[in-house]
Amino acid sequence: MTGFMMFMAATVLASVALGLCRVLLGPTRADAMLAAQLLGTGAVAVLLLLSHATARSHLADVALVVALLASVVSVAFVRRLKPVGGHNGGA
Amino acid sequence: MTADAAALDILLAVLLVFLVWRLLTLSDLFKATILFIVFGLLLSLAWVRLRAPDVALAEAAIGSGVTGALVLDALRRLGAHGAVDEARPLRLNLARLSGGLLVACLGAILLWSVLSLPAGWRGLSAEAMAAMPHSGVTNPVTASLLNFRSHDTLLEIAVLMLAVLGVWTLDAEPKPSAEPAGPILDLLVRILLPLMVVVAGYLLWAGGHAPGGAFQGAAVLAAGGILLHLARPFYLGNHVIIRLVIGFGFAVFLAIGVMLVVGGGRFLEFPSRHAGTLILVVEAAATISIALILLALFVGNVREGAGRDAP
Amino acid sequence: MAVLDWLSMALVGAGTLFFIAGSIGLLRLPDVMTRLHALTKADNVGLGLIVLGLSLQTSGPMEVVRLLLVWALALLTSSCACYLVAHATLQARRETGHDS
Repeated sequence: MTGFMMFMAATVLASVALGLCRVLLGPTRADAMLAAQLLGTGAVAVLLLLSHATARSHLADVALVVALLASVVSVAFVRRLKPVGGHNGGA
Repeated sequence: MTADAAALDILLAVLLVFLVWRLLTLSDLFKATILFIVFGLLLSLAWVRLRAPDVALAEAAIGSGVTGALVLDALRRLGAHGAVDEARPLRLNLARLSGGLLVACLGAILLWSVLSLPAGWRGLSAEAMAAMPHSGVTNPVTASLLNFRSHDTLLEIAVLMLAVLGVWTLDAEPKPSAEPAGPILDLLVRILLPLMVVVAGYLLWAGGHAPGGAFQGAAVLAAGGILLHLARPFYLGNHVIIRLVIGFGFAVFLAIGVMLVVGGGRFLEFPSRHAGTLILVVEAAATISIALILLALFVGNVREGAGRDAP
Repeated sequence: MAVLDWLSMALVGAGTLFFIAGSIGLLRLPDVMTRLHALTKADNVGLGLIVLGLSLQTSGPMEVVRLLLVWALALLTSSCACYLVAHATLQARRETGHDS
């Protein structure tokens, strides 16, 4: 059972890490942001699975904090940068 | 360790090294920034795997709550021309060479101090665990930070205060004009902000017996302030009340240390009977101050609309 | 007990499949709006199934509450963040005149 949960944690991590190719491929900044968001949710899932697999319930607190703060980066992105265009959306 | 756990660890290690390589060499700074934020998240998973949940919690809270927003805001300040770093991939120049030399010297000193330890030295963890009953808390990390090596923690808070002074002195960038937040962002802030305050309090309280503590709670609290500032920009400035709150944690910490000396003890050496209470008081004061410090680092010192492109 | 274990493993496995589907969608789908669509499935259903699967294995009701709270937070933040990114993208397209 714990082995299964550990395996699932590794699988989720591998899959969302694969999604990171979107950051490198672009084409828009919004695409990169989406990949980061997916990785955030993946990290929450991995933490919950690890919490069960290693019998450490306080890891769920780490997952809670990650889930709670996951939107701050996205909000900063839409309020401070323009989502389209690789090079000229800075100002 | 099982094969599944080994697979997870190897995957994490490879990912971390790959991310560092990419984020240092990418010429598109936005992509590098996103990879840096992702790197922080994965680093916190790595801390979990290294059985350091306190550090994982701090990394998760500061990484996704504070520095993520800070680096994105820094990217905006770089403007249209700064978004692509022409100097990447990193070439050697005088500034980088001297910076590199400085870091190499520091690394050499650290390496030398590790090598000069007596052979077979087991570290201080046995002594620390033996002293746990007198520390006033049951979480060894909190005991170390707030009791066994409280001088370090006191000075760390001072360093953060210095950082705010630096931001207040140097910040002269105009802020973007505030567009209305819109209903969804308003809703998000309205639900998340109270939850962040509650979770910050929970982490502060949990720090005594489980992963958590002042820094983690403060980072969550600061993230709430940053979220609010992003939705509805406010001016924090260096008003006297703000200054007082920023210095509050350091002052309380120092005052308790001095009171112990006056009472016949030694500086910051908590008597074991009151250690639990004193640690909670120091941590509560530090949480409020650190949260405001982290928020002040993000908000800066320039009024909304003031500056170059004021209407 | 064994039935619960099997059920829990099935739920977690299904949740993981949604994460894999979300990642593939993020890589394969043609533009930002459709990729958002892939993302929300992983966020909402994938994490939801994993949370349900783990809820069957907890020792007390408070842990179930914490798991459900994590999921509820992920639901709220991911849907709001996706809306914000989509809205900003639309706005930027209107400003620059690109309609695609």
